[in-house]
Amino acid sequence: MVLANINRAVGPPWNVWSDQNDSLSQRDVGMLQVYCESNQEVFDTVLHSFWVSEQLMLPTMLVLDAFYLSHTCEIVEVMEPDEARAYLPPYEPKHFLSPDHPTAFGNLTAPDSYYELRYQIDRDLRRGIELMRQADQRFEEVFGRSYGIIEEYRTEDADLLVVTSGTITGTARVVIDECRDAGKRVGLVKMRLFRPFPADDVCRILRPAKKVAVIDRNIGFSIGGIFAQEIRAALFSAGIHLPVFGFIAGIGGRDVTPDTIHEIVDQTEHMDAPDQEVYWIGVKHEQLHHTR
Amino acid sequence: MLEIRIHGRGGQGAVVASKVLAAAFFKEGHYVQAFPVFGVERRGAPVAAFVRVDQNPVRLRCNVYEPHHLIVLDPALTETIDITEGLRESGWILLNTHRTPEEFGFARNFKVASVDAFAIAIRHHLGSRSTPIVNTAILGAFARCTGLVNLDSVVNATVEAVPFNAEGNRQAAIDAYEQTIMYDPELQTR
Repeated sequence: MVLANINRAVGPPWNVWSDQNDSLSQRDVGMLQVYCESNQEVFDTVLHSFWVSEQLMLPTMLVLDAFYLSHTCEIVEVMEPDEARAYLPPYEPKHFLSPDHPTAFGNLTAPDSYYELRYQIDRDLRRGIELMRQADQRFEEVFGRSYGIIEEYRTEDADLLVVTSGTITGTARVVIDECRDAGKRVGLVKMRLFRPFPADDVCRILRPAKKVAVIDRNIGFSIGGIFAQEIRAALFSAGIHLPVFGFIAGIGGRDVTPDTIHEIVDQTEHMDAPDQEVYWIGVKHEQLHHTR
Repeated sequence: MLEIRIHGRGGQGAVVASKVLAAAFFKEGHYVQAFPVFGVERRGAPVAAFVRVDQNPVRLRCNVYEPHHLIVLDPALTETIDITEGLRESGWILLNTHRTPEEFGFARNFKVASVDAFAIAIRHHLGSRSTPIVNTAILGAFARCTGLVNLDSVVNATVEAVPFNAEGNRQAAIDAYEQTIMYDPELQTR
């Protein structure tokens, strides 16, 4: 099963604009999660996802930002059906309903076997890292397009690495180019696969940097951005001590412009280490009410 | 990169206009991106849509703040919002109106083009008399005043995108192209 989720804000207060809290609230349900930057990537990821999900017997959620992708008209290259079939052979399910082999399917599982099922979900989901990598590599061989499970953009010799996901990545590429033109040693890391969490890749890519700035279009109330938290955990587990600056931007469809990202780069460059767990960019303080 | 902002009201076809204009540029070999900003879809509520055109794939994924050109489907919007916000100096403001460009205050500072897309749409039975669909006509006028895209591309993109009354849509774009009035304040002339 592959689920295409358009990222939209959750309540309170509810709205229809781009925000990752909907998908990230489902991060621990046992689905793979892939965050996409363009409609071409959405289209291609549908094929990757089926290829992986059919092998793991676990569903994949691919995530596309509301409006910036869901309502955007742009060029998408579509392959011929035969080419798609060659990449993705017909699915032969291991378990299915058939009158020849009557079977009961139920979702209540008692403690004597629930534990083992959860163990298997965890074990198999972890295999999704290598399978998603393979899915992408196979795709490149056939169609010439590759995204990686994490993408590095101009990370060579970078002191500061900006980490993004979804459509903020595209805008960030423009900003990184401008920073590089200005002589700043700044690179970009795009988190594409979020579940299973590719901790080894994250550590390998971030380790050479001096600082990391994570842009989260989501908020884990009282713990900061969710990508930032998971990246910190991965680095800590690997014994890597890096200042990770967590920035919240773009929640509920607030536009993330090149200026927003420049502000994040500038702030990170001017500090040795974060003095707060999370920085909210562009809060309109005059709108805030205070509780007693 | 070329950036265009379209102002309209829910139901007028601003969103479709942005897609058709993007398709017209695509036909001429450009990379394009078109998307709207609106809230819950309501007829009559102000709507904006953006079009980006470039020689390379468009990477920016944010709203357009400094458009090169504006298309305004409902001239009454100019009374309630500052449509010229962020507009670049040499940009065209293309208005759907029966009035002349010089009647608008911003014609002192910007190039203004006008076309009576309501009348053209009604003449070709696009939409109803009370709510004519003006987007195909206005795109013909856009081809004329900016010269950035060929009328043929606009017509072909329109006919492909709008599955009904192909001949009416085609003719509306052509009529608008021919009837566009253009005013340049620097030359103080049409």
